[in-house]
Amino acid sequence: MAEQKKLIVSHAPFWHDGSSIHERSYHIMGAALLPALAGFVLYGMPAVGVMSLSISFAIFWEFAFTAVTKRPLTIADGNAALIGMLFGMLLPAATPWWAVVTGTFIAVIIGKQIFGGIGSNAFNPAVLAVAILMVAWKERFNFDAAYVNYSFGFAAQYPLGVLKHFGVPATRIFHLGDLFFGRQTGGLGTGCGAALVAAGAYLIYRGFIRWEISLSFLAGIFLTAQIFNLADPVRFGGPFFHLLTGYTLFAAFFLLTEDSSSPVNLIPMLIYGFCGGVLTILIRNIGAHIDGSLYAVLAMNMVNPLLDKIRPKAIGKVL
Amino acid sequence: MTKRSIFHPAGHRLVYASANRYGDPVKIPLPATLTLYAECASGDIRALAAKPGDALTAGQLLLAPDENVPALVAPAAGKLLAVEDFAGDFGRSCTAFRMAADAEGPQDDTFARRAEKPSLEVLKRFLSGIPGAPPLDLFGDAARGRIDTLVVCGVDSDLLVVTNQYVMANRAADIKRGVEILRQATGVDQIVGVVLRDRIQGFGHLGMELRAVEPRHPAAMPAKIMHDVFGRTVPAGSECRDVGAAFFKAEAVAAIGRAFDSGRPPASKLMTLIDKRGRGCLVEAVLGTPLKVIFEALDIEIHDRDRIIIGGPMTGSAVYSEDFPVQTDTDAVMVQDGADVPLYSSYPCINCGECVRICPARIPVNMLVRFLEAAQYETAAAEYDLYACMECGLCSYVCTARIPIFQYIRLAKHELEHMQSLEAAHG
Repeated sequence: MAEQKKLIVSHAPFWHDGSSIHERSYHIMGAALLPALAGFVLYGMPAVGVMSLSISFAIFWEFAFTAVTKRPLTIADGNAALIGMLFGMLLPAATPWWAVVTGTFIAVIIGKQIFGGIGSNAFNPAVLAVAILMVAWKERFNFDAAYVNYSFGFAAQYPLGVLKHFGVPATRIFHLGDLFFGRQTGGLGTGCGAALVAAGAYLIYRGFIRWEISLSFLAGIFLTAQIFNLADPVRFGGPFFHLLTGYTLFAAFFLLTEDSSSPVNLIPMLIYGFCGGVLTILIRNIGAHIDGSLYAVLAMNMVNPLLDKIRPKAIGKVL
Repeated sequence: MTKRSIFHPAGHRLVYASANRYGDPVKIPLPATLTLYAECASGDIRALAAKPGDALTAGQLLLAPDENVPALVAPAAGKLLAVEDFAGDFGRSCTAFRMAADAEGPQDDTFARRAEKPSLEVLKRFLSGIPGAPPLDLFGDAARGRIDTLVVCGVDSDLLVVTNQYVMANRAADIKRGVEILRQATGVDQIVGVVLRDRIQGFGHLGMELRAVEPRHPAAMPAKIMHDVFGRTVPAGSECRDVGAAFFKAEAVAAIGRAFDSGRPPASKLMTLIDKRGRGCLVEAVLGTPLKVIFEALDIEIHDRDRIIIGGPMTGSAVYSEDFPVQTDTDAVMVQDGADVPLYSSYPCINCGECVRICPARIPVNMLVRFLEAAQYETAAAEYDLYACMECGLCSYVCTARIPIFQYIRLAKHELEHMQSLEAAHG
């Protein structure tokens, strides 16, 4: 027995498909880099600055929290960095540093850690943080004011603001093609539809996000916007305008699909996405806010646990 | 650890292997000592047929089966060295018989004398402990309900394992004879063979109907076969026998046929051996052969921190010693290099939903695991379908947070069983 070899014993299965949390985070960040780069090109160094500060402070807050609470260090899983990145992409490129620092604190500490950390957050941390900042410092999220010192080679008004305040005829200055290729103002990483769709397609193909949520959200936007547009084509914008402006595409591929705050069963995912789209358009068209997608995401996050109770009966269930 | 290819995002490795690529079995010579395990506490054994020091004949009954004690037959002639207690998985009491083996020793002829006319009693007494471990105790017990279907499994319920697939394809005569004997002894009319769908062509007449299962894990697990092939759903918490089916491995049926033809219970076990690079081959060794002997014969080196697995990669169980013997149900032995052992993490569920989408029983695994982590086993069973689990291992395989979900499920079932037996004992 003296020469007994020390073997590893553990429970089955003995294979793993190789997926991991850090793989997931880094792939989503890699995909998000594409629309972020489009933002960097458009807004220049200030955008790079906001983004860098946002990612590094998100990591810092996570590090600080785990250090203070004496929990295992989790920054290597990339989730904090991902939250910081998505948060940064939602901000105007001209956001002051203190708003970024506060926002990442809200996202990582209040949005994620005090709920119990990764997997336990009821709301998407980045969305929660931006929503709180929007209430706290409303003027900082006025995109027309934020970019007053810029001179772009295109119509620089915030498209959804124009629609809200001046109606559909005023939006004729925007061409759908321009909007799709990022020639519009807004969050620093949320403007380029082409990049967002490419990133979303990659994430869906690799299975890092669930297509049911993204596509049903877009369907919800499209149908509701179409109905409003048919009812009053002067007041309410068309479906393609809504799809390509504001945070719509970013919400579809990066915000609604956050794992912990979204459902996993088929029918709940479809309802969750679709209702998110409907709510977005309702808030935009008849609500007080210019862009409703963030509030729609938060509202759907809130009903997610209830929705996910709609599930198939287990095979062999005795009842 | 397996790596996903970018072009095959979901589980392309979850397809059962084909026995064609494994070649013919390598025969392992009879080792000097054999170890036999019986799943019963030594206290339950009323009478030992032999004492340590006694000479044994090949085929001699070491344990006569009763309600607490399984049948145990000496696989070779030799001498009984020791009878010891030891604790098996989940703390089950087992008894180990160590014997010295002698290839030239005499053959016991009790079975040969009784084998003229196949009867359930003869089968149960002499052939419960043959390779393939036939579940003969399911028959002739009125309290357990009637078995109306006997399934001969020509498929193996784990990846890379091809043992029964090989037997079904290559030992047609033995299987045909075994089916006849079983039909006669058990009185069950419906005997059905199951084979992989892509291999169903080319089987000769085996004396039974053949049906096909899909080649993708977990289609070859008994509960899944019942559901997909026979259209009978095994209720949560029940077993296939509760819906009237008995599952016999093809190897067991072939061994029964061979036993009656040759007059001696077969003692040679066919196994799939999977090496550190995931390549498989077939080996044949006498029951009770220590795994170490097989590894030496095949030049497989075992180092510290490697893993030896009895069974396949999804549902097998790791053992702690190279001295572990070949048993009647050891269909596969897998060796894994220390560097390839995937590690579990202490992360909580991140709710990515991979497990929910892959679960063949449609269990809400994401919810279930939250209750299991908090040791809320009763809620897990009552509300989140713990007992619907057919233990295929896929949830842990795909878990992004690397939670040992399958282990939690087995633990929960074990704890609940333990609680129920305590309640029964103390009122």
